[in-house]
Amino acid sequence: MAESVLEVNALRKEFGPLTAVDDVSFSLPEGGSLAIVGESGSGKTTVAKMIVGLERPTAGTIRACGQDRSTPARSLRDRRRRGREVQIVFQDPYTSLDPRQTVEATIDEVLRLHHGWPAERRHQRVRELTELVGLDARQVRALPRSLSGGQRQRVAIARALAAEPRVLILDESVAALDVSIQAQVLNLLADIHDQTQVSYLCISHDLAVVRQLTQETVVMWRGKIVERGPTAQVLDDPRDDYTRRLRASVPHPGWKPPHRAQLAGA
Amino acid sequence: MSVAAGLAAGAVRRYRAGRRFRTSPAIVVSGSVIVAATVVAVAGPLLAPYNPDLPQLSQYFFGPSPEHLLGFDASGRDVMSRLLYGARTSMLGPLAVTLMCMTLGSLLAVTAAWRGGALDAVISSGLDILFAFPGILLAVLAAAVFGAGLVAPVLALSVAYTPYVARVLRGAALRERAQLYVAALEVQGASGVAICLRHLIPNLLHLIVAQATTLFGYAMVDLAAISFLGLGVQPPNADWGVMVSENQQGIIQGFPLPALAAGICIVVVVVAFNILGERLYERGEARQ
Amino acid sequence: MNAEIGGALLELDGVTVRLPVEGSMRAVLQEVSFVIRPGEAIGLVGESGSGKSMTARAIDRLLPPGAAVNGRIRFGGRDVMTLAGADLKRFRSEVAMIFQDPRAHINPVRRIGDYMTEALRTNAGVPVSEASSRAVALLKSVGIDDGERRLRQYPHELSGGLLQRVMIATALLTKPRLLLADEPTTALDVTTQAEVLAILDDLRTDLHLAMLFITHNLEVAAAICDRTVVMYAGQIVEVRSSSRLHTDPLHPYTAALAAARPNIEATTPRLLAIPGRPLSAFEAPAGECAFAPRCPHALDVCRQARPALIALDGGLSRCVRAEELRGRLEVALHG
Repeated sequence: MAESVLEVNALRKEFGPLTAVDDVSFSLPEGGSLAIVGESGSGKTTVAKMIVGLERPTAGTIRACGQDRSTPARSLRDRRRRGREVQIVFQDPYTSLDPRQTVEATIDEVLRLHHGWPAERRHQRVRELTELVGLDARQVRALPRSLSGGQRQRVAIARALAAEPRVLILDESVAALDVSIQAQVLNLLADIHDQTQVSYLCISHDLAVVRQLTQETVVMWRGKIVERGPTAQVLDDPRDDYTRRLRASVPHPGWKPPHRAQLAGA
Repeated sequence: MSVAAGLAAGAVRRYRAGRRFRTSPAIVVSGSVIVAATVVAVAGPLLAPYNPDLPQLSQYFFGPSPEHLLGFDASGRDVMSRLLYGARTSMLGPLAVTLMCMTLGSLLAVTAAWRGGALDAVISSGLDILFAFPGILLAVLAAAVFGAGLVAPVLALSVAYTPYVARVLRGAALRERAQLYVAALEVQGASGVAICLRHLIPNLLHLIVAQATTLFGYAMVDLAAISFLGLGVQPPNADWGVMVSENQQGIIQGFPLPALAAGICIVVVVVAFNILGERLYERGEARQ
Repeated sequence: MNAEIGGALLELDGVTVRLPVEGSMRAVLQEVSFVIRPGEAIGLVGESGSGKSMTARAIDRLLPPGAAVNGRIRFGGRDVMTLAGADLKRFRSEVAMIFQDPRAHINPVRRIGDYMTEALRTNAGVPVSEASSRAVALLKSVGIDDGERRLRQYPHELSGGLLQRVMIATALLTKPRLLLADEPTTALDVTTQAEVLAILDDLRTDLHLAMLFITHNLEVAAAICDRTVVMYAGQIVEVRSSSRLHTDPLHPYTAALAAARPNIEATTPRLLAIPGRPLSAFEAPAGECAFAPRCPHALDVCRQARPALIALDGGLSRCVRAEELRGRLEVALHG
């Protein structure tokens, strides 16, 4: 059994009277891939935000690489260390890059933050990373506004990988992309997973994407985990009522929407 | 005129004007006026044909002539020379006000937007209280307490304008802070100060410059008004506001040119700054 | 296609739209032709820049100012472009539109009841009480049983799914003959999407309503439409009966689009991604097949001229190799 690189235990988050996340626990093994599946209001994005420190848990613990991160970092050093443990790629490729910064400068800034490398070595690494995500030399010198959504998302992936994280959170990272571009980015993510041993935590509402990208899945509904297991098993043989309904709602070739009579009480 | 009303009207117009432009005639003209005014402010003494402080009492309110293009003022001094000399103080005051209120306003806005919570509430309500004081009133009070001159009104106006700057910039900074690239940098472990200085403020720069340009115009009007009231720059120093004040009896006596010339200088420069400020803002928004 | 025209409710014939962009006119739609018969549901599928939304806007005369339109759009036998006054008003009540984001189209400070009955009260002069009772009846038909209470609520009190149903019910109030649905389920959760799709499917059968359903999702289109029109770079590249779209596609783009989607039923090691990115009409190379640069089946013949739509097995394909590739496109997906 591989050692777990991310462990979440009894996590809870309240916003006023509302409980967004309720008693959520899971662990992600080194080099593994886990999906958190759910619809809007399920609390899946709040879990991701708590793991990267953008929200503070009401209760429960989060450990990454053996270090607790349930409370805010005390020092800048500490924050940077956390940055080298877990990184995130957001959904919206349009606001996730500084409009005034070239691709090169965006990645270089992260390299400077984490590694005390000379300019020559950073330059080399920018080249490696942009090659890895499939950007050409012209795009590397470009500003975000001249890049397409798919290209921007590649930059966001390269920027996250620049910190050499052990865990990469993919928060609906391909949801905003055109189908043909989505396939390119999904293949890229699969390649990176094979090449780098980085572990994936994939937050998604799209079950087909989850099947493509992850080995394990937890299903969240209204803040709670309602089902968990190997991804193929959860999708092919869902046990929980909600998971079944979710699975039955996904369009696929030959699919028809369930009729109104079947929706009574929905 | 009220700064608030002016800014609000400007904002409404900006909203409606979604046109694209590169170098519109408006920018060229207003830019040229500002460059010319700046050159005069710097090199005025070299350009002036006569000593601006030398009174020739027998010549008071003497009309224009080929040697004295704008004639003489109430004390018999050459109006052209006084205008050229006066440009410096007339421009220096607004410049100081603009620099100070922009620095203070940006700092408060970015701090409030970045930290949020209680600090934001304290800063925002502090600014709301300041809003209640008209700039002119504050400047008059300051002049009364600390004595007339340029320094007290400049400081008072800087403080009085800060809320206008801070309110607009805080809104923009909040929007910018909500951008995902800021969250990405936080997750990377970058410090708040670094994110603000390297990303947040540069992305607000178009708005800061546009605001500064517009406020420069308002500061010029307010400082001229204070000089006119006799609480700002003191005679016999050359200053456009002072010149309007000194020569006001000329308007009644049928010699409006000395007061009018100074007034026109103020209006032209102020309008140029307003137009440029508005266009710069539009250009920045269009680029986003 | 001439045989169909007699029974057509909506007919697009060689519609080309150009928009002014930075001083020059750029094509966004090229030679778009299709018909919708009464009661028929047509799916319009494509990626960014394919022109699918622009087609709906052209039909509903909602194109941006300065747009140049060539070709003909006829509704119920009348030229849509030249409608004016009372005729235009009637056209608008017969062609209803629903959008992706209901919140952007419903005034947040007015009650649901006001929003729903406005067109009836102001345009048709229907009394408030009658308009309200019709609204309640229609809300019931979209699965909202407590209609009276909903009419008194404000938009922010309703979830996105409920609001989308309100928008559908509102669109139906004027008894339209054609519903233009522009990505109406894209912003919804999967389970809500299934519910809304079921409602649309049932309504159009019950009311004999024709529908143009615009989506980026081939599977959604196939699920509720009789025929599917696939667009690429401002052109129609395939028209196919929905039941055969996945099993027997006629254009390499349709096949590639289907193959690029991850499969929910089986774990596949790698997706068959389409290289490059989707192009807009004005970016596509002229004088050759617009999809050729990304097409795995492209030969020299594809680059010699822009292919015309050819009829094949009851469908249409804009591929010179369509006949030859028949049956091999689908094999390529799994091969």
